[in-house]
Amino acid sequence: MSDTPDTPRSFQEIILRLQTYWASKGCAILQPYDMEVGAGTFHPATTLRSLGTQPWAAAYVQPSRRPTDGRYGENPNRLQHYYQYQVLIKPSPPDLQELYLGSLEAIGVDMALHDIRFVEDDWESPTLGAWGLGWEVWCDGMEVSQFTYFQQVGGHDCHPVSGELTYGLERLAMYILGVDHVMDMPFNDPQTAIPLTYGDIFKQTEEEYARWNFDTANTDVLLRHFEEAEAECKATLSAAHDDPKTGKRIVMAHPAYDQCIKASHIFNLLDARGVISVTERQAYIGRVRNLAKQCADAFVQTRAGGWQPEDAA
Amino acid sequence: MPDLLIELFSEEIPARMQKRAGEDLQKLVTNGLVEAGLTYASAAAFSTPRRLTLTVEGLLAQSPTTREERKGPKADAPEKAIEGFLRGAGLTRDQVQERETPKGNVLFAVIEKPGRPAAEIIAEVLEATVRHFPWPKSMRWGSSALKWVRPLQSILCILSDEAGHAVVPVDIDGITSGDTTRGHRFMAPAQMSVTSFADYEAKLARAHVVLDPGARAETIWNDATNMAFASGLEVVEDAGLLAEVAGLVEWPVVLMGKIGDDFLDLPPEVLQTSMKEHQKFFSVRNPKTGRIERFITVANCETADNGATILAGNEKVLSARLADAKFFWENDLRVAKDDMSVWTQALENVTFHNKLGSQADRIERIAALARELAPVVGADPDIAEEAARLAKADLSSEMVYEFPELQGLMGRYYITAAGKDDAIAAGAQEHYSPLGPSDDVPTAPVSVAVALADKLDTLTGFWAIDEKPTGSKDPFALRRAALGVIRLVLENEISHTLFSSLNSGVMSHLDQKIEIEGQIRAEKRANAIRILDLHPSMERTLARMLKTSGEKKAVEHLESIKFIWDEEAGEEVLVDAVSEEPLFPPAETLEEDDLLAFFHDRLKVYLRDQGIRHDIIDACIAMPNNDDLTLLVKRAKALSETLKTDDGENLIQGFKRANNILSQAEEADGVEYSYGADPKFAQDPAETALFTALDQAEAQITPAMAAQDFTTAMSAMAALRTPIDAFFDAVQINTDNQTVRRNRLNLLSRIRTLCLSVADLTKLDG
Repeated sequence: MSDTPDTPRSFQEIILRLQTYWASKGCAILQPYDMEVGAGTFHPATTLRSLGTQPWAAAYVQPSRRPTDGRYGENPNRLQHYYQYQVLIKPSPPDLQELYLGSLEAIGVDMALHDIRFVEDDWESPTLGAWGLGWEVWCDGMEVSQFTYFQQVGGHDCHPVSGELTYGLERLAMYILGVDHVMDMPFNDPQTAIPLTYGDIFKQTEEEYARWNFDTANTDVLLRHFEEAEAECKATLSAAHDDPKTGKRIVMAHPAYDQCIKASHIFNLLDARGVISVTERQAYIGRVRNLAKQCADAFVQTRAGGWQPEDAA
Repeated sequence: MPDLLIELFSEEIPARMQKRAGEDLQKLVTNGLVEAGLTYASAAAFSTPRRLTLTVEGLLAQSPTTREERKGPKADAPEKAIEGFLRGAGLTRDQVQERETPKGNVLFAVIEKPGRPAAEIIAEVLEATVRHFPWPKSMRWGSSALKWVRPLQSILCILSDEAGHAVVPVDIDGITSGDTTRGHRFMAPAQMSVTSFADYEAKLARAHVVLDPGARAETIWNDATNMAFASGLEVVEDAGLLAEVAGLVEWPVVLMGKIGDDFLDLPPEVLQTSMKEHQKFFSVRNPKTGRIERFITVANCETADNGATILAGNEKVLSARLADAKFFWENDLRVAKDDMSVWTQALENVTFHNKLGSQADRIERIAALARELAPVVGADPDIAEEAARLAKADLSSEMVYEFPELQGLMGRYYITAAGKDDAIAAGAQEHYSPLGPSDDVPTAPVSVAVALADKLDTLTGFWAIDEKPTGSKDPFALRRAALGVIRLVLENEISHTLFSSLNSGVMSHLDQKIEIEGQIRAEKRANAIRILDLHPSMERTLARMLKTSGEKKAVEHLESIKFIWDEEAGEEVLVDAVSEEPLFPPAETLEEDDLLAFFHDRLKVYLRDQGIRHDIIDACIAMPNNDDLTLLVKRAKALSETLKTDDGENLIQGFKRANNILSQAEEADGVEYSYGADPKFAQDPAETALFTALDQAEAQITPAMAAQDFTTAMSAMAALRTPIDAFFDAVQINTDNQTVRRNRLNLLSRIRTLCLSVADLTKLDG
């Protein structure tokens, strides 16, 4: 990338510029969800809020974990822990593509120099029972974002439709900053007194987690946790909608969904440990999808999910 | 007469859908217009990533007025009848005419439909088209209920003539039509209004949009080949990629980039596939060495630095991709050189189909079949078997996991690297062939054996579990497999009764089933093998049962058979275990075997393209050994050639006449005239001449048929035309003299027998 005054100098500056940009476009800037997830889509601000009729506009960074992608910090592009930037707007605005391109300019992509393309890519999440149509966005032949119009989530048709943008932050930032190995990427401003690279912060943790994910995580404990999370999710959802203590109608969609996320992450860990066979794999994915679907069913029974007191009649 | 211009402007349409969408738009709109009475002179459709455009020229300004006259009941008919008539016509009593007819006064309704202005019709047709557009996949967006391939942003719809242009008002879920569009997303995003198609196309060109996908493809190809040529290189042709890339850009800008030196030694196919699949790059080859040395990428815009940034970015992405490919290649080579059985063992855990076992099970069957077929195709059985065992080993390699389309080819590289026989390596690559009607057919004997075994196993397997193609559904590509077998057999001139191999294919499925289910213990299995050894016809019966009733029934059937000693016959006979009734293999005909019928159907399609009529094929299918496809086709081709001659065509008429007279007489008399005619009862010279001619023909046809020389046999048969015609002209078959009549009928029988020994001429049309 050519170095113009407008070019960001660090990973965090790119994140900050995205935050500022999407805030200026009216998004609520949320914080990362405080649980382990495989992608920004799992944040309830996307999965659950894309359901029902209530308007929504949110943007956030989501640390994401994919245990099988761990490479002990040695692969220039692969990490078991990385960051996604996620934007979800419902209903999808008519100028979402322009808004998106604006965000690229905001982080220093000069449209007069680069080749930006929207290449067909349909998105599907078997674990969330979700799919949508859209594109992967290419910048000079590199995929920099995923752009999706959600059609179905948790088995529910999306009405209205949400527009979802997902930026793979490390890859995008490496390109903008002209870095070849993720660990060499400046995390904060390289001109400051204590400059830190991505590697300063994450090289060691990538090693530690890669070892744990692949070799030492206790699979018996994980298998038990999976069962427990699944059971807790179902139990939470089967509770009566009316809370006997407060007398209020409280459908516990979010606590149940936390258990679903937990089950999903544990499944990913078990997968990395290599204890799940090909046939079992499908069965586990089906179990998580079943939880996600039930959580979606519960969410549309809440006010945020569009439920109205009249609906009870 | 006005011209119509429609543009449906949207977010990026997937490249693979654009061409079809343009055609659908043209078809749906023009059909709708014509149905409503609006005819036109010409129409054309165009597509870019962001727009579908239709221009219709010489359209009627309004639909013609139509007039329909309906006859009703008599004027004095009951009130109910008249009311019904009026309701049907939508008229009142004073709006219908009363006319005098010979039957009295009758009511007539004249329904006149005035013509409608073109704009009104267009609006309706366009709305219906948009709402019911046949996208392979469509979506909703925002709060709208409308579906389109991606969000539809605007509609341009104008009618223009010498006087000017007018917007055709259309409103589809809040998207209202206008006379404006936009140019290139980045280079000319401003809105602009247009007055006609010519104006539209010209303004788009100025706004960096090439409307015609054909023109974009041409520009890309010309620029790419020129650029490569200037460096002494050539672009690897790829029509599919060219069409796709032309659908990804509105303003193609061709750039040529370098491939890192580290990667130039990868197999060219790997470079090509990686660049094409991941980056949609064309490969640029050095014609002297055949190596891929550069790539061509097509950008969607001109940039201030003439594409330098774009190219640098693309080169960087490619390096990361090729680093992966190189990693796979080097790892795979290590395994191949060390011990490939790691790969074949891994296939035990890969399910081929849940009812047909793992890939490893399948390879076992294919290896056995390839060994059996080897002598037929002139291959060494040991080599054919080893080739079959290794042919699919590369499915376990990292490269094929990443690029499934390289299966077979990688196998060839890896087997060669392992130091195996070239024929084995070639077998891995070629055993998937032919993949389509235009794909080359392998000719190397080992490759042919493995290719046949692979396809026959697939066919018998899916037949055995009753997963046959139906209608347009053929998920396991069985039609392709059958056509592959046909082409392998015919183009290599393999004369072999296919069914013997089909049956052993079926048997290994059955065998495997028995083992898998553990339903038959060792002695039962031994019994089954004994039954099948002693009574090969049982194998046919079981094969049929497998096909018609499924494995379970066939296995049950096999279990239900036992041997008992038959006192009278003095030998063991097969009986049903429960009823102890003797079992007689049914005298089924091959036509009942629907797998063979399936082959024959495919063969008809294949030969139809070569100009051989279906009835000719039927006439040959009805003959013995019809599972020897080479023989069958030789016969069909000879018959087809014979029928093209004057003698041949007339002979068929003579044969049919003889056959008809004979059949009628046989039916009437209740006997079969096949006792041989005697020349001494011949009364007419023409009759005597026919005897002589038949003797001569027989003397030629019998040895020719034995030698499968159909051309000689059929020309000898065609030579009978003159004597047969002369015979019919000269004599009356049904004379009063019964001896003479019988003799003549027996003579006709000789004609029939002789002709039918060549092909079943009764199946011929006309």
